[in-house]
Order: sequence, then structure tokens, then C-alpha cells
Amino acid sequence: MSEDTVNSDASPREPLVDERIVYWYFLTAVGYLFISLMGGFLMAFQLIRHNPLQGIELLSPGRWRMLHTNAIAYGFIANGFLGMLHWTVPRLTLHPVLNRKLSWFIYAAWQVVVVGTAIGLIFGEAQPLEWGETPVWIDPLAQLGLLLVAINFMAPITQTKGPLYVSLWYFIAAFVWTFLTYAMGNFVPEYFVSGTSAGAVGGLFIHDLVGLFVTPLGWGMMYYFVPILLKKPIWSHGLSLVGFWGLAFFYPLQGIHHFLYTPIPMFLQYGAIISTIAVELVVTTVVINFIGTIWGSGRAVVTNIPIRWFYTGMVYYFLTCFQCALQVTLTFQALIHFTDWVVGHAHLVMFGVFSMWQLGMMTYLIPRLLKTEWYSRKLCEAHYWLSAGGMLVMAGDLILGGLFQGWSWAALQPWDASVEVSQPFWITRVFAGIAILAGQIAFAWNIYKTWQLSKASAEAVA
Amino acid sequence: MFESKTGVFFVAGLGFFAFAFLSNAIVPVLMYRHLPEKTVEELVNANYRYQVEDLAQRFPESFTKYLGEPPTDPQAAQDWYNEKAAELLRVGHKSYTGEGCWHCHSQFVRPVSNEELRWGPVARSEEYQNELQRPVLFGTRRVGPDLSREGGRRSSDWHAVHFFQPTALSEGSPMPSYPWFFDGSPERPNLRGLGIIAYVQWLGSWLESYPEYESYEESPLLEVELNPAPENTDDNAAE
Repeated sequence: MSEDTVNSDASPREPLVDERIVYWYFLTAVGYLFISLMGGFLMAFQLIRHNPLQGIELLSPGRWRMLHTNAIAYGFIANGFLGMLHWTVPRLTLHPVLNRKLSWFIYAAWQVVVVGTAIGLIFGEAQPLEWGETPVWIDPLAQLGLLLVAINFMAPITQTKGPLYVSLWYFIAAFVWTFLTYAMGNFVPEYFVSGTSAGAVGGLFIHDLVGLFVTPLGWGMMYYFVPILLKKPIWSHGLSLVGFWGLAFFYPLQGIHHFLYTPIPMFLQYGAIISTIAVELVVTTVVINFIGTIWGSGRAVVTNIPIRWFYTGMVYYFLTCFQCALQVTLTFQALIHFTDWVVGHAHLVMFGVFSMWQLGMMTYLIPRLLKTEWYSRKLCEAHYWLSAGGMLVMAGDLILGGLFQGWSWAALQPWDASVEVSQPFWITRVFAGIAILAGQIAFAWNIYKTWQLSKASAEAVA
Repeated sequence: MFESKTGVFFVAGLGFFAFAFLSNAIVPVLMYRHLPEKTVEELVNANYRYQVEDLAQRFPESFTKYLGEPPTDPQAAQDWYNEKAAELLRVGHKSYTGEGCWHCHSQFVRPVSNEELRWGPVARSEEYQNELQRPVLFGTRRVGPDLSREGGRRSSDWHAVHFFQPTALSEGSPMPSYPWFFDGSPERPNLRGLGIIAYVQWLGSWLESYPEYESYEESPLLEVELNPAPENTDDNAAE
């Protein structure tokens, strides 16, 4: 409604939200999601020793494994979030972004960054830091892109007066943190420090990329869309404050927990462990706040597909954080570090939580962007069930498999035994991956058909 | 402060990030400032030099083709080999990072989970203070074994065949094959092939225990597997 009023009473002015760019960000994101899935499948088939493309240099599973993680983080999640920000920030602030041309320039520049990274990785130019594999010549461009993103969205935010809504706290913090995190991870351990210190910085980077780029944008998105979809306010403003400030303080302190039992000083390892357990308590307050919000309208989970995506993602978020509170202890680390337990955890976070939230957000917004109902609700249902189910199987399977690998190593069995014991788990993972892929194909087909319908209705109006 | 632009921007955004960076990154950097970073040239040691000369003898054709001939003067030949050893280390390190080897192989031995028995001495900070550990190659996943004490355990011939086709030597290995390290056959590694073999042979060459062999006692579990109880045999027969 509000956007219609804005459009009609100010016809010479541009509309508040540039819906075209939101739509294009989403389409691009979905495209990268498929590329990421391809990388995952290459590695998955390699592990079960049935890679049909064995021995082709540019399809090497080792290189595509890096493309897998980079395409999901910078291709799917970053593009999805940029689209989301173009929709939410102008609505929250009632001001358009700084400059529309700049928006499209950022869109193009970011695709250059992602495609450049992909090409660099495929041609063997990676740097050895997870999510920082980005070849050296891309880093300055990506850094500039992140700065422009911050400027473009901070402009409308600075024009607002008085206290800000929760989502904007998370977004402002995310603009600062993403810029700093990217700079820290892609320059410090490559040019300035080596060895154990580089390990500490590298741990901080891979942690902050999830914690300070993806997490705050994800929660900001949840605080925006959940009350709108449920048509009621967030349950407790106090808990929102606790959640944001607790996350802001404790989350950046934990990087070293990725490298426990390394030569990094023990007191720093203990510090990282304690702040990790502290942040799990903060996470619990956020989850309680969202449960309080849906309390009394629980049926929305059945009837409203975007709400179902959001709350399933949140349940996975709680599971993955609970898992983290366990695995961060030295007792668990001794057994599960280096195993597929951690791989399961990573999939649960990046796909089970943040990708699922974004897919829910896209399920809500795409019909609004195209001004057409979804072509098929059944396909939406299939997309949800295949993704959520496939993810649950994949994460559970890998976490369990990790325990077997850890026990096999600790028992000093020959190395091959740990590979053999993994086979049933790796085979199950392939099938879970096929389910997830099938879900995304249903989604892409549904978008295509809905777009066709929207074109037909637009022509009918004309 | 808690809900204002400036509070969020300066306190949460900049302040908390800076605090974390100081405590989690600057502190270890300062603690290890007495350990200078070694250059690749400084990493060439006698054990590793031996491996490079061994490569020159095992793969004379490839070695001459990609690295040239050593000078006849013995002193000049010494310097020449040192130079080539450093070059190979750089080439090998580039493949190790570019191929994503470090996603499936770690480079650090932990003091837990019997790792000392399987791989040798626990990792120490000074081992990592060099140019080739920028960024550090600790790794976060072990599909294959740790490699930080791998050098010298196996011959360079073994590594050549293994890179060419891992399953030829280690049955059931999920490691991809790397035919692009070779000019068509394992006897003819190209520059990248020579580099990656040299790099792997270098790993752990700085230790007194080089080469470090797997010296663990066999697990009793394995014995149970090898001499199964009678009912297991019946199951096998039924299959």
C-alpha cells in the first residue's frame, strides 16, 4: 500500500524502492546457488570415488570445492542480502538509497568480483585461507565495492531522526564489520603476518565472515520480515537489545576457536571458548524473543510458507549454536576437529540457516516484485520440503560420520579405515544433496513460470 | 546510545571490532615478534637439498628440461642447487594452495587423539614462522592424513605415481588424480609436478626426526578385524 501512495502522489519523483534491482539481485543469487551446488557435487562424487570428470584440470574437485564455498558466500548470500537491503532500507528509513546509478554500478562491480573470484579459483590462483581464497587482484575491487555498498545504504539511514528500529542496528553494524572483516582477512595474513599469528587472524576472519557479515544481515532481515508477515510487533524490545549488543560484543572475540590445540597461546584459546559459550546464551534470548513473537499465531507456520522458512531456519540456528557450544570445548575438539562433524556444522549454518532465510524472503518477495501470484504453491512446498529435509539429513549424516572418523583416528586404525568408515555417510550425503538440488530446480522453474505469467498479464493490461 | 546511529556505528561497529582485533590478533602477533619470518631461501636445509638432488637423478629428463643443467664447477653447482631448491619450493607451494590440497590435508599435529604416535612431534610455533605459512596452512579438515611430517617417508617415485593416479598405490583413496602435473606419464613430471613433490618432501625436513615413520602399535581392534569371531565368518559365507 505505502509504495502505491508514494508512487501516485509523487509521480515526477522516483519510487522509494527500485524493484528491478531487487529482482535482478535475486535472479543472480539463484544462478550462483546452482554453481555452488555443482561444486559440492563434484567433491561429493570424488569422495565416494565415482567422479565421472576425473583428471580434467579445470574441473578439479579441489578447485571446485573452493568455488562451492565462495559461490555460496559471495554469490548467493551476498547478492541475496544486497537485494534484501534495497527492499528494506528505503522502507525503514522512508528515503531512497543515495544514488540509483551507483546501485547498478555496485551490482555490476560485485558480479565482476564474484566471477573474477570463480575464474581465479578455477585457474588455480587461490590463496590458502578459507573464504579468503579470492585471488590477490580481486581483493582491492571487492574492498571498494563493500565501501560503496556502505555509503549507498548509510545515506538514507543518516537522514532518519531519533532511535532506530532493530533491523537498522544490525545493518549499520554489518556495513562496518563486513568492510573491516574483508580487509582483515584478505590483507593481514597474506602480507603482514605469517605462521601462528596468521592462524589467529585467519581464524578471526573465517569466524567473522559468518558472524559479522552474514549473521547481522540475516537477523536484521528476520526482525524486518517476521513482524510484517505475522502482522504483530516483536515480542520484547528489551530482548532485542540484549540480542544485538550481546552478539556485537561476544561474536568478534571467538575466532581462535577454529584453531584449538594449535601453537596459539592457550589463554587466548580459553578466551575464545568462553566467549563462544557466552554467545550461545545470547542466541537463546533472541530465539526466545522470536518464539514469543509467534506465540498465539503458530498456525502461520503451516499456512504461510515464508514464515515456515524463517522459523525452520531459526530452529536450525538454535541447533547449530547449541552444537557449537558443545564442539567448542576442548573435550569435543579432541575428537571432532578435522572431521566431517565440522563440515556438517558449516552446512547447517550456511544453508540450513542463512540460505533458508533468504529463500523464504525470496518466496515472499518475488510475487510482489512480479506483481503476480506464484505459478504453483505446490512447487513452493516442494522447494521447502526438499531443502529443509535434505539439509536435515545432510547435517545429521555428516555430524554422525564425523564422530566415526574421530574415533577411528584416536584408535590409531590405519588411515584407510577412516576413509572406509566414511563411505556410507558420504554416499548418504550425495542423496541429501540431490534432494536439495531438486528443491532448487523446483524453485527456479517456479520463478520462470511466474515471470511468464507476469509478462502475459502485463501485456493484457497494456 | 543503544538504539542510536552513532552508538551502533562507533561502539558496536568500530569499538567492539577493534577490541576483538587487539585481543585476538595483535596479542599473538606481539607475542611472536621475536620469531623472525624466514624467507624461502632460508628454508632450504640439508635434508631437503638431498631430496632435490634425488629428484634430479630420478627424473633427469624432466629436471633438465624445466630447471636446466647444474654448472660443472662444484661450488657453483652447490649454489645452483640451492637456488633451484628454493624455486621448486615456491612452485610446489603455489600448487598446494591453488589446488586446494590444504582443504583435505592439515599441517599441524595436535597434542591429543594419539596424534603424536601417528605423526610425530606436536606442532610448535617456530615451525610456522616462514614465508610459506603466510597465510598459515594449519588446515581445518583431514580427509587425507596430516602432511606436516610427510617429507622423506616415501620416495619421490612413490609420490610421482601417487599424484598421477592415487588409487594405483593406495587402493580406495578418494584423492583426485593430478595428470596435469605430468607430461603424459608419471616418469615425466613437469615443473608443477617436480615442485609439488619437492614441497611434500620438504614438509618436516627441518625436524631432527626426519624422516618420521608411522611408529604406532597396531590397535587391538584391528586384530579383531583380522581374526573375526566365527559368526562373522558365517555372515561372510552367506554373502
